[in-house]
Parts: sequence; C-alpha cells; structure tokens
Amino acid sequence: MATVEEDLSCQELVELVTAYLEMTLPPLEQARFEAHLAICPGCTNYLAQMRETIRLAGMLSEETIPDDGKAKLLDAFRTWKHQHTGE
Amino acid sequence: MNAHYPAMLRVALMYVRNRSVAEEVIQETWLAVLQGLARFEGRSSLKTWIFRILANRARTRAVHEGRSVPFSALISQEAEGDEPAVEPERFRPADAQWPRHWASAPQSWGELPEERMLALETRERIRLAIEALPPAQRAVITLRDIEGWDAGEVSGHLGVTDGNQRVLLHRARSKVRAALERYLAEV
Ligand SMILES: [Zn+2]
Repeated sequence: MATVEEDLSCQELVELVTAYLEMTLPPLEQARFEAHLAICPGCTNYLAQMRETIRLAGMLSEETIPDDGKAKLLDAFRTWKHQHTGE
Repeated sequence: MNAHYPAMLRVALMYVRNRSVAEEVIQETWLAVLQGLARFEGRSSLKTWIFRILANRARTRAVHEGRSVPFSALISQEAEGDEPAVEPERFRPADAQWPRHWASAPQSWGELPEERMLALETRERIRLAIEALPPAQRAVITLRDIEGWDAGEVSGHLGVTDGNQRVLLHRARSKVRAALERYLAEV
C-alpha cells in the first residue's frame, strides 16, 4: 500500500495537477502531492504557473467585441423586427 | 444580448472554424431565441437554453461544412492514450539520482511585472494556444477557464463524463501553460 512517505516524482506530480485543483484527489494522494510540494521548488513553481495560466485565460472573457460583429447582429435584429412588427 | 456575444462567439467557434460562419450562427440563434421566447418554459435558465440552441445550430452548420465527426467521438479520441503534460526531456532519467525529478525546473513568474502578464501580446499568445488545441480540448477549456462555467454546467452542455472532462481540461491547460512558459522565457 502506498504511504505518504513514498516519494512522488515531479513527473508524476505534474499529471495530478488538474485533479488536485479540481479537488478530486483521494486523501492519501492529496497528502503525497502536498508533501512533495513542501520540499520541491520546481513543482511549487509549476503549480503557481498553472494557476496563473487559468487566471489569465479567465481574463480573455473581458475582451471586447469587434464592432463589425455587433453591427451585423444589430442589422439582423432590425430586419427581424421589421418583418415581424412592420415597424 | 451584447453581454452574451463574446461568449457565444467562442462557443460557436468550438464547432465551426470560420468566424463569419460563427457570426451567422449567432444571428440565427438570436432569431430562434426571439421567436421561441414565448414557448420558453423556464425549466432551465435562459442562458442554458440560449447556449443549447446555439450549440445545436453550430453543430448542424459544422455537419454542412463537412466537419461531421460527432462531438462525442472527438471527446473520446482526444481523451484517450498517453499525452504527457510536460515534455519527458525536462525530467531526469529513471536510472539517474533523483529519478524523474526536474532536470530543467519551471521558473517562478512571481518576479514578472503584472503589466507583462496583462500585456496584449501575452493575451494573444494564450488565445492562440487555445485556438490551436484540438476541438474537444478547446471546448472544455473555453467553457471552464474563459467563460468560468463549473464542471457540472460543462458536463451538461457537452455531454462529457467527469473523468473525460478532467482529462481534456488537463491536456488543454498543460499545453497553454507550456506555450505561456515558452513565451515568457523569450525576452
Ligand atoms: Zn517536484
């Protein structure tokens, strides 16, 4: 049986990062993951980079809409409204 | 409707590659939404309903465009096999001292100024890395990390199991992180 003391390698840890962030690791795996992080600056940086990547991806949703896309949509609305209400 | 437009464009682009086709699909969706509003029964949220219509229309268009591989097939294709999150060369060999530990460890981004992280160029790199992903991985990371949907919403929308969703998200995030790491190491 695996124990907390049993060493997790860095190569194994990077494959568990998403499960760790999703909080779906079984308790023993999570303990081994955190025990490794506590002594490994490389993996600590890796996890921080992953969190930063997620944060920056989240900011893409704030990107503005190109005006031509908006204009086309508004045109489609006007046409539709016109056909249905005779305005 | 303006509030939903960027999200709708990204979702449409998960199914159709072409931007102007995606915009047409959004227009069709809004027309369908307006026409169907009276029949909307409020059993799901309005947002869920709109995105379901959008996904259906976009899928139909994708079939017409010849991208007829069913999404469920893409999901299993992209989730199977082995795909390391980090190139194996970055780790020490199995027979070395400290086997499979970092040979070339990731650097801290903590010292980089926030302006660099938020620069247009950085965003563009992230956007391109996401665009380059295979469709199912792109769909999952788009909905989870860009749109901020939770795992349950994404399962419902894409019809993906929790296990497959996690694999696709893992592969997608790992590639985007790697692209960002390469870019930030450049200058
Ligand atoms: Zn490590």
